[in-house]
Amino acid sequence: MMRLKQNIVITETGFVFDSDTGDSYSTNPVGLELLEKLKANVDMDEITAQITGRYDVEPLQFQRYFDDFVIMLRHFNLLEDTE
Amino acid sequence: MGKDRLTIAVTGLNNTDNPGPGVPVVRGIRESKDIDTRIIGMAYENLEPGIYMQDVADKAYKIPYPSAGTDLFMDRIRDIHAREKIDLIIPNLDAELFTFIRLSKQLSAMGIRTFLPTIEQFEERHKGNLPEFGEKYNIKVPKSISIQSEADVESIGEKFDYPVFVKGKFYDAYYAYNPDQVYTHFSKISARWGLPVIVQQYIKGTEVNVVALGDGNGNTVAAVPMRKQYITDKGKAWGGITLSDTRMLDITRQLIRDTRWRGGMELEMIKTAAGEYYMIEINPRIPAWVYLAVGAGQNIPEALVKLALGMDVRPYETYEVGKMFIRYSYDLICNLQQFQQFSMDGEL
Repeated sequence: MMRLKQNIVITETGFVFDSDTGDSYSTNPVGLELLEKLKANVDMDEITAQITGRYDVEPLQFQRYFDDFVIMLRHFNLLEDTE
Repeated sequence: MGKDRLTIAVTGLNNTDNPGPGVPVVRGIRESKDIDTRIIGMAYENLEPGIYMQDVADKAYKIPYPSAGTDLFMDRIRDIHAREKIDLIIPNLDAELFTFIRLSKQLSAMGIRTFLPTIEQFEERHKGNLPEFGEKYNIKVPKSISIQSEADVESIGEKFDYPVFVKGKFYDAYYAYNPDQVYTHFSKISARWGLPVIVQQYIKGTEVNVVALGDGNGNTVAAVPMRKQYITDKGKAWGGITLSDTRMLDITRQLIRDTRWRGGMELEMIKTAAGEYYMIEINPRIPAWVYLAVGAGQNIPEALVKLALGMDVRPYETYEVGKMFIRYSYDLICNLQQFQQFSMDGEL
C-alpha cells in the first residue's frame, strides 16, 4: 500500500505543497481527486472502481495512466509506503 | 507587562543585495509588545540604507571598522554611549563579532550588555575548523581544508573530486570546476577577506537553513527552518519558505545543547536525495532573513533582547509552516543634506 505523505498539503485549487522540502506543484482536477484518495489511504482497486465509475475510461487504460502518475509522485518523493 | 524604554544599538544596516541583518533585527524588536526601544544604528559606510530608512534607527552613528584598531573602535563606542546611554548592543556582522566578543567585558563594565557566543564557541565553528567541529559534536560535515597560498591549490585534486566550493573565512563562496578556477577564486577571496581560504567538498542536494537562538545553557529558545526559493547571484536568499522538517530541528537542538550556544545563529545545511544532512556552515549571528521567523511566529530578535536583559524567556515551540518572504528593492529618496550630515558629522 502507498499513500501521500502526511506532510503534503493539497488545496482545493490543486496546489500541492511539500512542507518538508518547500517544493510546490500544481495539478488538474483529476490529479487533485487522485491525490485526495491517496491521502485518504484508499486502495488501488477502490480508486480504479471509483474513477472508472465516474469517468468514461476503461480500467486497464486508467491503471496505465495511474501508474505513470504514481511514478511521477515517487520521483517527487511525495509518496510513502504503508503496511 | 509594561513596556520598558531601552536603548539598543544595532549594526548591519547594509540592506543591499548582500544584506546585513540589522534592519530585520530592528523590525523584530520594534514589534515587541513588551519592550519599547530607542534604536541606535551603527554603520560603517555612508550609504548603508538603514541609516536613511524611516522607522529603523532613531539615530545613526558612523563607527570605524574594527580593523582600524580596538582603541579607536572602543573610543567611538564610548563617545556614542556617553550621548545615548546604550543598554544593549546587537552586532550583526561576521567580521565584527570577534571584536565585540573580546570587548564584551569592557562593554559590560560600561553598562552595555551583549548576548554573544563565547570566544571558544565562536572559534570552533569557523569554516576552517568544521571537520573537527563535526567530529566533536557528531554532525555530518563535508570534507574541507584551509589553504594559505596558491601553492596549496595544486594538491586539491588529490584530496577532492571537482567541483569544489571555495569560501572566504567570513563571506563569499564560489564553485570551482578545475584548479584554474580555484586560483581565480583564491586570489579574489583572499584579497577581500584575508586568509585562510577554505576549500570544501561539493555535496549534491538542496540547501536548507535554520535560524536559531540558544540561551547559553543548552536550551533552544527559538528555531525556524527555511529553504531558499530564489537565490541571487551572490547566493543570498531573495525568497524563502518555512519548512516542517523535524530532522533539521533535531540537529539544531542537539547542536545548541552540546555546544551550549549563546546567542543567535544560522545553520546552513545540504539535504541530499538520500535524506542525509550535511552542515556546511554555522554563522554565529542572526541571519538577514530572520524576519521570516518573526512572521512565522518566533520573534527571535525580541527573545535575544530579553535574554540579554536577563528576562525569563519561554522557548518557542511552534511556528507557521509554509510562511514565505520575498525580498524587494525600493528606491529611497534622500536629501543631500542627510548624506552630507552623516558623511561629515558621522551621525544622523
